[in-house]
Amino acid sequence: MNTYYNPEDLKKFGNISEYQPELAKKFFDYYGEVFKDGALTAREKSLIALAVAHTVQCPYCIDAYSTDCLEKGSNEEQMMEALHVAAAIRGGSSLVHGVQMMNKVKELSM
Amino acid sequence: MKSLQASHNQLSDTFIQLRVLNSADESIAALPKFHKKLESAGLLPFKPATLDTLQINVGKMCNQTCKHCHVDAGPDRKEIMTRYTMQQCLDALAKSNISTVDLTGGAPEMNPDFEWFVEEIRKLGRKVIVRCNLTIIVANKRYNNLPKFFKKNQVEVVSSLPYYTSHKTDSQRGDGVFDDSITALKMLNEVGYGIQGSGLTLNLVYNPSGAFFPPPQEGLQTEFKHQLLERFGIVFNELFAITNLPISRFLDYLMVSGNYDSYMEKLVNTFNPVAAQNVMCKSMISVGWDGYLYDCDFNQMLDLKINKPNSNHIADFNIQQLINRNIIINQHCFGCTAGAGSSCGGEIA
Repeated sequence: MNTYYNPEDLKKFGNISEYQPELAKKFFDYYGEVFKDGALTAREKSLIALAVAHTVQCPYCIDAYSTDCLEKGSNEEQMMEALHVAAAIRGGSSLVHGVQMMNKVKELSM
Repeated sequence: MKSLQASHNQLSDTFIQLRVLNSADESIAALPKFHKKLESAGLLPFKPATLDTLQINVGKMCNQTCKHCHVDAGPDRKEIMTRYTMQQCLDALAKSNISTVDLTGGAPEMNPDFEWFVEEIRKLGRKVIVRCNLTIIVANKRYNNLPKFFKKNQVEVVSSLPYYTSHKTDSQRGDGVFDDSITALKMLNEVGYGIQGSGLTLNLVYNPSGAFFPPPQEGLQTEFKHQLLERFGIVFNELFAITNLPISRFLDYLMVSGNYDSYMEKLVNTFNPVAAQNVMCKSMISVGWDGYLYDCDFNQMLDLKINKPNSNHIADFNIQQLINRNIIINQHCFGCTAGAGSSCGGEIA
């Protein structure tokens, strides 16, 4: 059955350079630099990437960064806590808009 | 859990393992061959650089049945090195300048002649490493004295501990292994092992509990040191991060879990020529429980004897011939050359 998402496509990420090599090179160079040890460790960056992957709900990124987190030395508990950070921000971002709703309700109400 | 051999798993046949490694399906058959990778890196012929370590497998019997074990060791394995073969190893050592003897198994301590063998090697003035699984120390009263025995003989202890939590350790090494390992580590610390200035070395080995690669060794060592000290008051010297090689029980796990193709592909794609120059077969010889010689413990478990048909037994030990041999390679060798590389002493690149 054809689907939009094929796990095998993850390995072909680099193929995006086929249609636009210069921009792809700039992107992949940048990408590589971002994930190196810096003020944050590569392990910490991988956990952030895992949380963001769940926020943007990208199956390729979830696949890649689940493996990468393990290979950077994170454990399951740490990985799940990272997801809860993403979930807290997503939930919080909905709820904090509740203030807008309350403002509007109050504006409309006697 | 039984060994592959006792459960009549087809992978207990090394011929089938080699077939799987080379042609399990189209995608595996299409992967580049290890010798081709060496050739393109200018590393052929593949010969030893030196011979400083004799790694001796004194038997496949073990008190544990770890899911990833490349030896397929366990309580149901009865292959044990005899004192006669041990004496042949001592004779070979005596006529060479090999500096280190690395004892492995199974649980090497379960060999009835283990202590005699260690003492005889020490009489020859050679360094002894024992690959101790930790739990053997608390498995039976008669092994409780091992830390003191190790200390008396200045043995370097190298022990597997896949993680600093019980879940990941027990999932790979069996229920209760983590708690027993912690007790054993405390016993080793008590006699001075891992304590700075004691001269008694206690190194730990991390290997992944699944189909992924080990994290960078340095950062992981820092994390292990912090966690083991904070949680249990345990200290150790170095952590070796080792890649699981796709043979024996780990190969079985990869196939059953559906990870085999992607794991092999990743091993091949991360081939590192620098690691290939430093692999352990460049400086060691592995001796099987029956005295036959191999380029490494992995080749031993695949029954790939050294490339010297007329002198492939410890009784025929000839250091010049061994130094000049061509190392036997196959697709499993990608496990030692992936990424930062892997050896019995951890990263190599």
